[in-house]
Amino acid sequence: MREITFSEATLEAMAEEMARDERVFVMGEDIARQGGIFGQFKGLPQQFGLDRVRDTPISETAIVGAGVGAALAGMRPVVDMHFADFITVCMDEVVNQMAKIRYMFGGQCTMPLVLRAPDGIIRSAAAQHSQSLEAWFVHVPGLKVVIPSNPADAKGLLKAAIRSDDPVLYFEHKALFPTKGPVPDGDHLTPIGKAAVVRPGRDLTVISYSMTMHRALEAAETLAGQGIDAEIIDLRTISPIDIDTIYASLAKTHRLLIVHEAVKAGGVGAEIAARVAEEAFDLLDAPIARIGAPFVPIPFSPALEKLVKTTAGDIVRAAQQLCR
Amino acid sequence: MEYERDFLRHLYRRMVTIRLFEEKVGELFLGGEIPGFVHLYVGEEAIAVGVCAALTDKDYITSTHRGHGHCIAKGAQIGPMMAEIFGKKPGYCKGKGGSMHIADFSVGMLGANGVVGGGYNLAVGAALAAQMRKSGEVAVCFFGDGASNRGTFHEGVNMAAAWKLPAIFVNENNQWASTTPYRTTNNIEDIADRAKGYGIPGVVVDGNDVFAVIEVAKAAVARAREGLGPTLIEAKTYRIKGHFVGDPEKYRTKEEVQKHFTANDPIKNFAQKVIGAGWLKQADLDAIHAEAAREIEQAVAAARQAPYPDDSELYADLYVEGVS
Amino acid sequence: MNARPYGCEDLLRFYREMLRIRLFDLKAAELFAQGRMAGNIHTYVGQEAVAVGACQALEPGDLITATHRGHGHCLAKGGRADTMMAELFGKATGYCRGKGGSMHIADLGLGILGANGIVGAGIPIAAGSALASKIKGGREITLAFFGDGAANEGVFHEALNMAAAWRLPVIFLCENNRYGVSVSIDRVTNTADIADRAKGYGIPGVVVDGNDILAVCEAVAAAAGRARRGEGPTLLEAKTYRHRGHYEGDPQSYKPAAEIAAWKERDPLDRLKKTILAAHPDAAAALAGIAAAVEAEIAAAVRFAEDSPYPEPATVTSDVYAADNERSVAR
Ligand SMILES: Cc1ncc(C[n+]2csc(CCOP(=O)(O)OP(=O)(O)O)c2C)c(N)n1
Ligand SMILES: Cc1ncc(C[n+]2csc(CCOP(=O)(O)OP(=O)(O)O)c2C)c(N)n1
Ligand SMILES: [Mg+2]
Repeated sequence: MREITFSEATLEAMAEEMARDERVFVMGEDIARQGGIFGQFKGLPQQFGLDRVRDTPISETAIVGAGVGAALAGMRPVVDMHFADFITVCMDEVVNQMAKIRYMFGGQCTMPLVLRAPDGIIRSAAAQHSQSLEAWFVHVPGLKVVIPSNPADAKGLLKAAIRSDDPVLYFEHKALFPTKGPVPDGDHLTPIGKAAVVRPGRDLTVISYSMTMHRALEAAETLAGQGIDAEIIDLRTISPIDIDTIYASLAKTHRLLIVHEAVKAGGVGAEIAARVAEEAFDLLDAPIARIGAPFVPIPFSPALEKLVKTTAGDIVRAAQQLCR
Repeated sequence: MEYERDFLRHLYRRMVTIRLFEEKVGELFLGGEIPGFVHLYVGEEAIAVGVCAALTDKDYITSTHRGHGHCIAKGAQIGPMMAEIFGKKPGYCKGKGGSMHIADFSVGMLGANGVVGGGYNLAVGAALAAQMRKSGEVAVCFFGDGASNRGTFHEGVNMAAAWKLPAIFVNENNQWASTTPYRTTNNIEDIADRAKGYGIPGVVVDGNDVFAVIEVAKAAVARAREGLGPTLIEAKTYRIKGHFVGDPEKYRTKEEVQKHFTANDPIKNFAQKVIGAGWLKQADLDAIHAEAAREIEQAVAAARQAPYPDDSELYADLYVEGVS
Repeated sequence: MNARPYGCEDLLRFYREMLRIRLFDLKAAELFAQGRMAGNIHTYVGQEAVAVGACQALEPGDLITATHRGHGHCLAKGGRADTMMAELFGKATGYCRGKGGSMHIADLGLGILGANGIVGAGIPIAAGSALASKIKGGREITLAFFGDGAANEGVFHEALNMAAAWRLPVIFLCENNRYGVSVSIDRVTNTADIADRAKGYGIPGVVVDGNDILAVCEAVAAAAGRARRGEGPTLLEAKTYRHRGHYEGDPQSYKPAAEIAAWKERDPLDRLKKTILAAHPDAAAALAGIAAAVEAEIAAAVRFAEDSPYPEPATVTSDVYAADNERSVAR
């Protein structure tokens, strides 16, 4: 299979969907003239024109609010947040408008809107440009939240998100943009709401997504050398969570470790752990373990930043504990 | 208008310090010594220095992602600034903030901001505090042309106008918001026109002429201290460097940039004027320049040698009473 | 009020539409006071000339966004009184099957993109709808209704700037009824006219007497023409007044009695009635007929709402997502 970068994969998804459906357009800050700050929109304006690939004013509430309005008026907008951190300045549009409009209006409309949000720690970008905020939106009924870890899913999930009649938040880790991976040819779609077992194993289940998936896979190799056979699940969608895949895995392994880059407290891991404890307690042979960032804003200094990042070593140690 | 020679020396010292500081930071960043990303204030020195020359140490400013110049102009020290930019322990924020988050409350510098348009309402709040205490300070908010389109501009300026707060909004219209030219996202020639919608004075000034800036700033400060409310100042300038260091700048030509710089370098403008008028001699300027350069070299040497923060710093400063 | 460009038929139609709103809201207020309705309502009484004047100047394909004080906007754009009343009652036959209530009525088929419980939130939605029209090359335009209070929200600024920069086919219609809940506009702004803000976006800003339906109609028609010709947005400010409390039960202690009385003197329905009778003395019978018909319509709406069933419990989880995948809405 051909190998392309995560960034190129999202670009293919955009281009294919924009070609396929005239109603799809994209707007955000700095996407047209320089192709996006991570190069993830390169070439789109040349192909589709500045009407459908729009540089906006620095006006996040108007960007998302206008996305909602355009969706109500029959378009399928994709809006870009520059950095996921800036979703905080337009929370009304995300939480009160795009998430609720369909339900509040009794199902009279759909809300085919995709919000792209580059997130995560990269090169000491500090407290306001490094966050992983995905868990906030798992708490909001009406939103779907996807968070790919590799180019194939980046493409497949973005295409699926654009075709979805529901609003989708698409979190893409900034450090993943240049990473390469195989992507199938043709109209490749990844179903929203479906996790992937990326490495089958017997001894414990490690659930992750986005950047820390890669740390989990590294850890699995180390663990294999120590005789611990980890099953690795890439969640891919965190709302709705594919709980069946998780239970099927636990039925085999009986041990659960959940890993994410986001702050551990109140994170996606907490939701999964709670559900497993409520609904599938009998499947467990050991307490559930979670790894996430400590409860601090992301510090700037590389000396401190490295302390909030999850490493493969952290995962190995936690797995060893669980399998003792 | 006549100015004291010491005052003129002070102005030159501050402007040259900013210029040399920024050039040095750019060089160090490209040399891989500085983490994160940095935005330089080269070519805009006259605005921060001119405005701050009309303020006292007690007055407040809020700054932007392009904030080194504001810090220096308000009287922050070069040493802890450079250390912060390096992510080192003696930095203003103990290495936790970095270039975009420098603050020095001892000189009324309420912080740079990684969120575009994040400073308006902090300045409004500081002005409100001054009004409620009747303590006489004014609060200045520096913001970019791009930032003028954030909703926070509107909310902050309206509230300050309605309540006649001692606030001054200083727009640095450098014609660019990252990759986006001013006129593609604004339908007006002058941002100062927006003042009409709030019933406050809106003044356009040549931002490359420190003397012109000082005069409009003095008038605005006087108005604010008399309880007559805010002023919106638009200082026209041009962003000479890339949006951040390392910006490929594909959205504009080198010639265009050079044309602006040659025609309108605020530091050259200053030198021509003071020498032409016989206020200062070239030798005075050279001496100041050398002194500033020495100070910066010292700051760099100190920052290089300074230790990184200890691991235990990770959890410190989150709350007044520590958490584990 | 200059009735000249309008024929008697037009004027009577305007009157009927305004009366529908007046009687709908007075009836809703009465039922609310009797405890027969859940939630809360914000009435439009006193402001009818704005919504009707604006919607009469629009074409059927045009779109609007409304506010928490939205009954008038919906009725003026062609909303059904019975379906609306049923929604206010939380009944299954309501516009939103009982899920929205007074502050969340929408009828996408009529181009009503929704009332909104969040002050100012409809403004960027209208800009987005206009953007859709521009990209599609459609003829339709969008009009955003919003209050004086909403004009101080950041979204106002972001949306007006964006619409001006992109010359979107949209009209921003501020209904300045002088109060945001209990706070008078003079205490929270520093200018006499919100329309002055148009200067900051390089677009026309027009003040109009919001209690003069014909003036509103003309101003909106001019702005609509501009928008359809691709000349971009207009900021209109209609000066008006709400007669009743911000919400039902609001004692309005923050309003001087003389101010209320003076504005009631300028009641938009009375004014239009006078204009009609001055120009067409023989229209008295027609006016009486309209009153009877509207009263009947509202009475029928109440009966419809009262007779309608509440939504089935199972619908509490439906409509969250387009394809109601049960697992996807698992709790
Ligand atoms: C709320 C928010 N949106 C977007 C950004 C990304 N961003 C950082 S700087 C910048 C451009 C700012 O332009 P301007 O205000 O003109 O300031 P300048 O860089 O020219 O000094 C953008 C879009 C941000 N930091 N915060
Ligand atoms: C964002 C937000 N802030 C506050 C409120 C509470 N609130 C509801 S209506 C209202 C006043 C709105 O005033 P205005 O826009 O003038 O409209 P009017 O009620 O006069 O029609 C307020 C403060 C809200 N719903 N949303
Ligand atoms: Mg700028």
